Amino acid sequence: MKRKVIGLVSALALMAAPAVAADKVKIGFVTTLTTGAGVFGKGMKQAVELAVEELGGKMGGVEVEVIFEDDGFKPEIGKQKAEKLVKKDKVNFLAGFIWSHVLLASYKTAVQNDVFLISSNAGPAPLAGKLCNPNFFSTSWQNDQTPMAMGEVLNQKGIKRLYIMAPNYAAGKNMVTGVERTYKGEIVGKDMTKFPAQLDFSAELAKARAAKPDAVFVFYPGKHGAQFFNQYSQAGLKDNIPLYSVFTVDAVTVNLLKDLAVGSLATMFWAPDLDVPANKKFVAAYRAKYGEYPTFYAAQSYDTVMLINSAVTAVNGDLSNRDGMRDAMRKANFDSVRGPFKYGNNHFPIQNFYLREAVKDADGNYTTSIRSVVLENHQDTYAKDCKMSW
Amino acid sequence: MARLRIVLLIGLLASLALVPPIATWLDEPFYIVLFSRMLILAIGAIGLNLVMGYGGMVSFGHAAFVGIGAYMVGIGSFHSIEDGIDWMASGFFQLPAAIFVSAFFALIIGAISLRTKGVYFIMITLAFSQMLYFVAVGVEIYGADDGLSLYGRSEFAGLLDLNSDSAMYYVNFVTLGICLYAVHRIINSRFGLAIQGARSNERRMQAIGFPTFPYRLAGFVISGVICGIAGFLLANQTDFVSPDMMHWTRSGDLIIMVVLGGMGTLFGPLVGAVAFLLVEEILSSITISWQLYFGPLLILVVLFARGGIDGLLRPRQRADG
Amino acid sequence: MNWILLLEQVLNGVQLGVLLFLLAAGLTLVFGIMDLVNLAHGSLYMVGAYFAATFTSWTGSFVLAIFLAVPATLLVGVVVEVICLRTLYQRNHLDQVLATFGLILFFNEAVRLVWGPAGLDVPLPDFLNSNFEILPGVPYPTYRVMIIATGIAVALGLYFLVAKTRIGMLIRAGATNREMVGALGVDIKLLYTLIFGLGAALAGLAGVMAGPIFTVETGMGEGILILAFVVIVIGGIGSVRGAFVAALIVGLIDTVGRSFLPDILGLVLSNQYADTAAPALSSMLIYLLMATILAFRPAGLFPPSNG
Repeated sequence: MKRKVIGLVSALALMAAPAVAADKVKIGFVTTLTTGAGVFGKGMKQAVELAVEELGGKMGGVEVEVIFEDDGFKPEIGKQKAEKLVKKDKVNFLAGFIWSHVLLASYKTAVQNDVFLISSNAGPAPLAGKLCNPNFFSTSWQNDQTPMAMGEVLNQKGIKRLYIMAPNYAAGKNMVTGVERTYKGEIVGKDMTKFPAQLDFSAELAKARAAKPDAVFVFYPGKHGAQFFNQYSQAGLKDNIPLYSVFTVDAVTVNLLKDLAVGSLATMFWAPDLDVPANKKFVAAYRAKYGEYPTFYAAQSYDTVMLINSAVTAVNGDLSNRDGMRDAMRKANFDSVRGPFKYGNNHFPIQNFYLREAVKDADGNYTTSIRSVVLENHQDTYAKDCKMSW
Repeated sequence: MARLRIVLLIGLLASLALVPPIATWLDEPFYIVLFSRMLILAIGAIGLNLVMGYGGMVSFGHAAFVGIGAYMVGIGSFHSIEDGIDWMASGFFQLPAAIFVSAFFALIIGAISLRTKGVYFIMITLAFSQMLYFVAVGVEIYGADDGLSLYGRSEFAGLLDLNSDSAMYYVNFVTLGICLYAVHRIINSRFGLAIQGARSNERRMQAIGFPTFPYRLAGFVISGVICGIAGFLLANQTDFVSPDMMHWTRSGDLIIMVVLGGMGTLFGPLVGAVAFLLVEEILSSITISWQLYFGPLLILVVLFARGGIDGLLRPRQRADG
Repeated sequence: MNWILLLEQVLNGVQLGVLLFLLAAGLTLVFGIMDLVNLAHGSLYMVGAYFAATFTSWTGSFVLAIFLAVPATLLVGVVVEVICLRTLYQRNHLDQVLATFGLILFFNEAVRLVWGPAGLDVPLPDFLNSNFEILPGVPYPTYRVMIIATGIAVALGLYFLVAKTRIGMLIRAGATNREMVGALGVDIKLLYTLIFGLGAALAGLAGVMAGPIFTVETGMGEGILILAFVVIVIGGIGSVRGAFVAALIVGLIDTVGRSFLPDILGLVLSNQYADTAAPALSSMLIYLLMATILAFRPAGLFPPSNG
């Protein structure tokens, strides 16, 4: 029975082993690598590894180390991993974060300990408004922006009657708020479905058909999206009521859905075929290395590394010069895959939003392609609640 | 064997007491946070063990009480900043609120659920905790499923500062000690014997004049309160509350910890919580596929360690019954 | 009230109920007869769905894949029973919970390693991936009709098996008095393996049926497992008939509640309040149902003695 004690001691010793080296740029990257959502995390991890490889493993002459942690899709686990990265691994940058609730849970750990926090995906309203912080940056978007662009698209297409469906969680509600903010027609019905447990949309689809809308707008990220598209088509709605979506048709789902997705329209700040040199290079390198199109999660993660690189390079690798690094990041002085952009006072990008369509490319691969610019240099609406100015 | 077990348990308590100085000495403050969380979940498991291990009432909904305790801190902190109601930030308000509100819900849930037995009891407690979970997901003012970030930890009028990791750790540790002692006193009291008697033979207890229902209900409420206190601590520890704390998988985790450590033993829940979280932490730091090893490990514990880890340390006996 | 919409929602409810029944039937048999709490039942459902996806892409035919995936899941179930669960029958429920929880972790990760994290899609053949008009102007997906038909066929088959065959007699006897069946010289071990295999096959079938509607992904078994437990508890543990009735009730309440609750609440509450309350309330509807039923009938609708 002594084994247990010995086990405990050796476990402690095991965890205490890696020594802290000050001569490295340490990036902690929290994402979801297990559970069904692990597929997003995989793409993000690949993009980060690609970016670090392109930089030759160095930023401003200093070696880079990225430590990946899995949040298991749970805020409490994510928070604990953030604590570990900040307090044990003593990272200089904490990045990643797919989910708003994981980011909000981990937020304090980073900013209170003077570690830069960079969101590679989640963009909850509080962080863009009241809780904005000098140590927090986003390389994605604020949640409302993409659906606001979609609202504009719906106006342009002359949609008079709209039916809305989204999962009943914070990001889902943000998406609905966003589209309601810009869409001018009538909303004839709205369903907020259980998340993430809801399996079957038949009841909502029947209601949508009965409401006779001109179009349906949905937000079902990741695999829920594939599920939804399947059921939409099986219910015979695909050919009758046009479906508009945000964050629903991405590089993952489009390969699950194949021809079912082709032709569907969505708004996004980026697409694999966006005509920007940095993007062409990124997409080509990503496809060459991993044999698939990058997801938008991957693109944002790639930008995260490049943003950090711009900061570390600007101070010549002097990681104690935090003000210098912050000033550098505020300039967004790097070749972003979305093209040049500026940061707003709340450290969220002011950027273009495009309309993109799911297509089959020349080699028979499924991907998405840009059709038009919907919003130019768009800033989120919460920036005015942010007290920060610089 | 029995003496070795006592030595080991004292050793475990002593090493837990020494975590902050050792971690500080190693310059690894993260371990204080890690073990803090273990202590808090151990308190929750101790609460659950009171009804599950001693009373034979397997509740699959105790995470709800943890969540209620946590939300009292979150809600207090929220209103103190958003609406300027200063006293709501005080621990002297939040802690009693956590205790009374979780007692209130435990009373209602227990009164209805105790009409059922066995698996039906498991499922009806699950039903109630799921309802509370969906309420929390639906309350938009308190962040819905995004939860609430605390503006500050509970304030105890300068008597106690929860903001340092070590202080927080010792608050958890002392609370754990109090809960252990309280459970020890309860199970050896007339009241505790009645609860345990009702587990093995309810009809006989009723025949000799014990009204088992109020006793079991009281046990359920006390257990809910202990979990509520754990929730109060958890919110302060993580600076955050979210509906996720009330999800059924969290109730399941608590059950797993109790069974793993040893049901119906005083220290079983503590041993189970520490073992569960420590193995999880170590395995997940080694491989991303840690569940592939953790799962079979649990099966092996069931097959070879009757009565959980604590059962390993006891003289061989029939663990069933 | 829109009657066509109501009819459509009732069909949707029946379809969800039937799917739940496929999963719950095996669970209630294993639980009622072998006294085994098998949390890994949802994992078998997941494995069935993955098999369906793989076999569909190998053979190119979903129909063929059904006939391959169900026996394959049965096989997995039997292997799990022989290696791991067999020793657990004599143990208390919580030991079983701990061990089968371990199995869930194992299966989720194993599936992720074998099939990758991205999840799979099960394409339907054209004749199923269409819809026909149940009433003039009301199209309904053909595949969902097929699920309903399959579920009802399985229910009838199970009824026949339990009520009319020798195995069924042993199953009924085993549910009432296990020791007695053993004493009468029946090979209990074999009987249990058979029943477990049957349960696994039903779970696999549920997974196969669910594949084309839901995305096949790791962890897909857990949420629906809880629903299946709700069903067997409402129905009364060990009762296949109870599971069928309860599954239909749960399916109907969930679907109809989801579709009409916002309108109903809108009548009594202000619009904005109804908008937030309705999703929360409809999510908890089946738990409310279960708590209410158990509060008044503590052993479910069809307690085992008359199952």
